[in-house]
Amino acid sequence: MNALIPQPAELVEKRQEAEGIYTLRVRLAAEETRRAYRFLPGQFNMLYAFGAGDVPMSIVSDPEDGEVIGHTLRAVGPVTKALATLKEGEVLGLRGPFGSSWPLEEAKGRDVLIVTGGLGCAPTLGALHYLFRRREDYSAIKIVHGVKAPKDLILHRQFEEWRRAPNTEVHLTADQSGGRWKHKVGLVPHLLAEVAFDPAKTLVMMCGPEVMMRLAIKQLIYKGLAAERIYLSLERNMKCALGFCGHCQFGPQFICKDGPVLRYDRIHGIFNLKEV
Amino acid sequence: MAKRKPKLAVWKFASCDGCQLSLLDCEDELLALADEIEIAQFLEASQAVVRGPYDLSLVEGSITTPQDAERIQRVRRVSKHLVTIGACATAGGIQALRNFQDVKEFTAAVYARPEYIRTLERSTPISAHVPVDFELNGCPIDKGQLLEVIGAFLNHRRPQIRSHSVCVECKRRGTVCVMVAQGIPCLGPVTHAGCGALCPAYRRGCYGCFGPMESPNTESLGGWWKRLGVPAEDLVRVYRTFQTGAEAFRAASEAHDKEKG
Amino acid sequence: MAFLVERPGLEGIFQRLRGLGYELVGPTVREGAIVYDSIRGAADLPAGWTDVQEGGNYRLKRRDDDALFGYAVGPHSWKKFLHPPRRRLWQASREGGGFEIRPEPESGRRYAFVGVRACELKAIAIQDRVFLEGQYPDPSYRGLREGAFLIGLNCGQAGGTCFCVSMDAGPALKSGFDLGLTEVLAEGRHYFVVEVGSEAGAEVLGAVSHREASVEEVAAAQGVVAATAGQMGRAMDTAGIKELFYKNYEHGRWDEVADRCLACANCTMVCPTCFCTTVEDVTDLKGEHSERWQSWDSCFTLDFSYTHGAGPQRASTRSRYRQWLSHKLATWIDQFGSSGCVGCGRCITWCPVGIDLTEEVAALRKPSP
Repeated sequence: MNALIPQPAELVEKRQEAEGIYTLRVRLAAEETRRAYRFLPGQFNMLYAFGAGDVPMSIVSDPEDGEVIGHTLRAVGPVTKALATLKEGEVLGLRGPFGSSWPLEEAKGRDVLIVTGGLGCAPTLGALHYLFRRREDYSAIKIVHGVKAPKDLILHRQFEEWRRAPNTEVHLTADQSGGRWKHKVGLVPHLLAEVAFDPAKTLVMMCGPEVMMRLAIKQLIYKGLAAERIYLSLERNMKCALGFCGHCQFGPQFICKDGPVLRYDRIHGIFNLKEV
Repeated sequence: MAKRKPKLAVWKFASCDGCQLSLLDCEDELLALADEIEIAQFLEASQAVVRGPYDLSLVEGSITTPQDAERIQRVRRVSKHLVTIGACATAGGIQALRNFQDVKEFTAAVYARPEYIRTLERSTPISAHVPVDFELNGCPIDKGQLLEVIGAFLNHRRPQIRSHSVCVECKRRGTVCVMVAQGIPCLGPVTHAGCGALCPAYRRGCYGCFGPMESPNTESLGGWWKRLGVPAEDLVRVYRTFQTGAEAFRAASEAHDKEKG
Repeated sequence: MAFLVERPGLEGIFQRLRGLGYELVGPTVREGAIVYDSIRGAADLPAGWTDVQEGGNYRLKRRDDDALFGYAVGPHSWKKFLHPPRRRLWQASREGGGFEIRPEPESGRRYAFVGVRACELKAIAIQDRVFLEGQYPDPSYRGLREGAFLIGLNCGQAGGTCFCVSMDAGPALKSGFDLGLTEVLAEGRHYFVVEVGSEAGAEVLGAVSHREASVEEVAAAQGVVAATAGQMGRAMDTAGIKELFYKNYEHGRWDEVADRCLACANCTMVCPTCFCTTVEDVTDLKGEHSERWQSWDSCFTLDFSYTHGAGPQRASTRSRYRQWLSHKLATWIDQFGSSGCVGCGRCITWCPVGIDLTEEVAALRKPSP
């Protein structure tokens, strides 16, 4: 198969999560392609909207959900807007899956701390769904999620559901308060200072704006977490997703194939520099 | 159900009409275009005018008179999307040369009764007066790029108009660099792509018709031109043509003007 | 074993290749430079021409002999054939509720490259690693690459911006060619010493008049390459070069070079290993038909690193020049196991303001200003 060619996939379900945010569940049209398709949480697909172009989208569904692949996207650019206007039954293109995945095997038996900021939570959603479906394989799960303003929080019900799960903590924060916000006010790195975790037992999966991640990592390391226990998902411009358009380079890494999930100790030298 | 065709309007301000002609020059594509959109106002092509509001307005020309400064406000109000076409509408055009001079002196010299002339001190781009959705530069614009912009608006996608240097276009078409191989001064490295690197393909240096590229380093290029033997007064002049009102080119011409003392 | 083909016999090799269905491309004079283009035969080669190269400067000059290959590399590289500047990847049409995608058929073109220098063979090998040795080989590149016949050339003349010796990329051919030539003009004779690098090469040579080269002729050929190695216009100290870059992301030299750099992308376009591309999706006005086109792109453009939300990752020229040079000389080693530079000097010659990477590397080795 030529990996440059989008494969037709049917939009089987479209759910609006919040204003401008949709979950699209798609099914590859060709049986052979569908059967061969395997992914791990943290990986992404390139989704193609006819005539508009394609865009990397992390996979939020569970690898065992069979033939239906889920993506949660925010309609901001021309391609995501075109994808968001598709109706159920219509066709989009899919190339993938690409890239590295979350260390869900390594996390087994450990505490997992998920740190996300802003709207960049989609890459961690797949990991969360995976962890909760196999809850007994993991020890404590702690979620720290920050948004700019209370209105930016999506998936309220999902977070409340997770909060009620055994041995699970959910910490939500907004940069500014407002409305009926009953959670914390402040930045994610500050909230992390208050969250108790055992650095020897914990593995971190993180996604969000890079400035937030830099400060959050500083806090985690200050609290004794080893750099090799921190994984983060990065975003860069991507055209081919196959490692030869060159756009997604981040120092020696190609985010499309070495990432998007990278272990912090392997990139810490450049992660704290500007414009790499 | 028949889809309502989007309405297109073409407006002219201070300009030579050359950019509107690029639209007429589309010929075959123009017929296809007429299938997809209603050309509601295009006086260069037809006297028939369909009332607004318009889905897409193409604006040619700069603002040089008080009347035009008011008229552009009305155009904006009746336009869902407003796209400037050409150097005049995008940067003030060749007529922005007046911005360096005293206009009263000109009118006194040219007209028998200068008191009848109502003109502004400066020629300004459309964006100095109203919000603009997209600026398509060039003197004149490239018809392929114009069709791309119209097609992008019709299909709700971003126009594929790259703002890198002309050099990229030269290299993609295999043209040998005229500056490196023949010592011909060329503005290509500081100029916005779009023409397809036309002049260098005919062994001419780039004249900068498409305006400044995304990050023009005119100072460094100017230094190199001097090594090629170009005097400072010529460096002032090369930036004072069709794109003289574009900020980077204006600043470059003024910097070289100071050098020549 | 080396063979000998007299100057007139070269034409036989070219015509044999044309007879086998190859498109002959090689150096020829056009627009004041020696470019790579279609040639009909030896008559189109730049006989008696040479070039003078410096930072930001290239001039053709007459030689005082009739050498066919008496010049260094010009503005073009073979990547324009194997990795074309612009190509369509596929077309799509709306069909019912969906769409149908038709991949672009393979071009099927078979090129015979005439006069591929050692640095250029190395550049091709480097692009092979990018396009063929990853998880997703590029089918277009593979087709063109496998179909190509390579006539290598031991350089008889180094240019003013050459430094292949520093990059261990030349001037002598090592491998990767079908036939390898050394042009010798000495003692009133003009001949080629030919090495055979493949079975296809042996077959082509077999069809033309040749004989075994004498010890003296082989020695003369070796002398030509040895002389070239001594003529390098530039040099680069590559000791610990990866670490040099990794330690100097914040060196003051980056600001200094950014003052001169035009971010015009010429260096990346002329580089024989730079492989970056972008894609554009174009549609007809009706929105019924769409095509995806791939074209050469450059890390010097602002769009290159653009992401929604964050904007361009590399907004400053400083960061874009740093990306290019660090990639070429350092991160490339981690990515593909070798430097991305072959010392051909094109980026120096064809930089409109003569920025010289060998100078930049030397400056990085000094303390930050």
